Amino acid sequence: MAAQPETIDQVRAVTEQKYKYGFTTDIESDVAPKGLNEDIVRFISAKKNEPEWLLEWRLKAFRVWQTMEEPQWAAVSFPPIDYQDAHYYAAPKQKAGPKSLDEVDPELLKTYAKLGIPLREQEILAGVEGSEGKSPAIAVDAVFDSVSVATTFKAKLEEMGIIFCAISEAVQKHPDLVKKYLGSVVPYTDNFYATLNCAVFTDGSFVYIPKGVRCPMELSTYFRINQANTGQFERTLIIADAGSHVSYLEGCTAPQRDENQLHAAVVELVAMDDATIKYSTVQNWYPGNAEGVGGIYNFVTKRGACRGKNSKISWTQVETGSAITWKYPSCILQGDNSVGEFYSVAITNNFQQADTGTKMIHIGKNTRSTIVSKGISAGKAQQTYRGLVKILPKAEGARNHTQCDSLLIGDQCGAHTVPYIESRNRSARIEHEATTAKISDDQLFYCRQRGIAEEDAVSLIVNGFCKEVLKELPMEFAVEAQKLVGISLEGSVG
Amino acid sequence: MIEIKNLHAKVDGKDILKGVDLTIRPGEVHAIMGPNGAGKSTLSYVLAGREGYEVTEGSVTYYGKDLLALEPEQRAAEGVFLAFQYPVEIPGVANTTFLKTAINAMRKHRGEKELDAMQFLKLIREKTKALGMSDEMLKRAVNVGFSGGEKKRNETLQMAVLEPKFAILDETDSGLDIDALKIVAEGVNALRSPERSMLVITHYQRLLDYIVPDHVHVLAAGRVVKSGGKELALELEKNGYRDFGVNEAA
Repeated sequence: MAAQPETIDQVRAVTEQKYKYGFTTDIESDVAPKGLNEDIVRFISAKKNEPEWLLEWRLKAFRVWQTMEEPQWAAVSFPPIDYQDAHYYAAPKQKAGPKSLDEVDPELLKTYAKLGIPLREQEILAGVEGSEGKSPAIAVDAVFDSVSVATTFKAKLEEMGIIFCAISEAVQKHPDLVKKYLGSVVPYTDNFYATLNCAVFTDGSFVYIPKGVRCPMELSTYFRINQANTGQFERTLIIADAGSHVSYLEGCTAPQRDENQLHAAVVELVAMDDATIKYSTVQNWYPGNAEGVGGIYNFVTKRGACRGKNSKISWTQVETGSAITWKYPSCILQGDNSVGEFYSVAITNNFQQADTGTKMIHIGKNTRSTIVSKGISAGKAQQTYRGLVKILPKAEGARNHTQCDSLLIGDQCGAHTVPYIESRNRSARIEHEATTAKISDDQLFYCRQRGIAEEDAVSLIVNGFCKEVLKELPMEFAVEAQKLVGISLEGSVG
Repeated sequence: MIEIKNLHAKVDGKDILKGVDLTIRPGEVHAIMGPNGAGKSTLSYVLAGREGYEVTEGSVTYYGKDLLALEPEQRAAEGVFLAFQYPVEIPGVANTTFLKTAINAMRKHRGEKELDAMQFLKLIREKTKALGMSDEMLKRAVNVGFSGGEKKRNETLQMAVLEPKFAILDETDSGLDIDALKIVAEGVNALRSPERSMLVITHYQRLLDYIVPDHVHVLAAGRVVKSGGKELALELEKNGYRDFGVNEAA
């Protein structure tokens, strides 16, 4: 059904998208000189006081990166990035690492308060005591530009043997764990952006859940890019040892700026026998303005390895931000009976571009994967679902179910579905379903006749469309995500 | 009171309504009958404010307000309700969510306090019970997988919850067998009140056996060509619309 001319006009007339996280924080920073060379890599490593093996690893990565080219296969287009025209290290200026929240720059704490991120451990604890058993607490690691500024609940988690800290801290305190697992899922030769990350990553979160431990609270990292002309390269490493369980959430925002900023993160997950990792993302990087100026380039490599039998890794992502998203959270299902899941909502409006999806690599017997992808495109946005389901010869009895639904708003946006299926085992069962729909004028009029204004109607319809995915988010964030869905599409009609 | 005066409307550049006059007082039930293509559904869409239905002449005064100047959602909040001939499916949105969003949007528009979850639940339980409907229907996505009868009952439920001042029932009988028709008509009759006016649009007299109107109007070629009491419907049933210059096999 063709869109009403009015709807199209309104889409065209979209003004500045309301992005409430667009402010910047005036804070003194330590910034490395612009450019990228071995000295910068050494500078970062020295700043972090890293052991020799890590510097060597970074340098190896940097040398490989110099021989690599940017991947061209994604359905996104952008002017060439000058990798020499950015800062690869920016940190809030501090004499030494903060020992407690009281030593953290109050400006920083204010920023996080503005973003609604609770860092004040004592406040949360106070709140938790009163509401024991009602809502689980959330432990937060906050990463500002390149540096982890505060991690809450550390002490409480340590009692159970859980390690939740900045990866730079883990390098110092738990070098054996880091050395064993860093790069074990995403090797330093993996791809252009991941390799760049290996060379210049500055911080990120580290999680280790010991054998048999069920993490009693949501772990959460909050990423914020503040400094102009910086790239953000975090590295997250989560290890769930045998029989453990952890749910982790990351959130991201950035100030409104006219230039594009690069965000090339790497996330590695490792699940041993019977372990479960649930990784949720609410990505709300600045998407650029209505004319397509500015916004974050989100070129991220996320991969989980189900190493042990009966292990499970579940990715849930709500992607509303970034000018360009290039991201394929994947699962390597190595252990027998292991399970991989990918639930995704991607919303693109105005000139946003997203090429996102997943890879499910079935290696072990009876491995199962589920992919549910919901893409919503409005304005002049282009969106591609790109997914690979690969069944290796020994993956006896492997199963996959994929469902890709696209929703279009207006007639100038696009949705594309590119599934790759490779099966080398005859017993495998693979299902792929795909639909494309439009918000019809009938639906909008029906809602409006019931008193619901057009924008609220769009939000209602889109939330209904995404319901299967949103219900996978931890309770605390589901409501937030629903609101975000509405805000992201403001101005797309009516 | 609703006063429709000399209403002309175009759809896709084609004149459909060519001077409709109609006055509906509070509590009255009016039936509009007419052959296919007479403009019956156009009239209902024009009153509800659907885009693409262009009013070229005339006026609609709704309790002193210029109805045509209002957005569809404003008309709804002012009490105009359209029971759709083909209720629309909204996948993934539970009936309760839809109704709660609707009622609170209207309350907000009228400057009333929004209902919280408990108040809403109480209200909706009451209404479903009064209509003899099951709670199960509330959990299902709006009209998705509903039978024809269930869709029309769902429209009735929405009407009961939203409590309009002026309800337009567009071909409510279409697609219903006689049992379903009776159930829906019962629901509608239960909602008749001295404050609520209704405009029942239908092709067949059958519906008017169950929803008995105060006035019957014949719409043909975009105009009200005859008005009368409920007996006019029976006359039409017998003679068809031929007397009005319309050739149609009944």
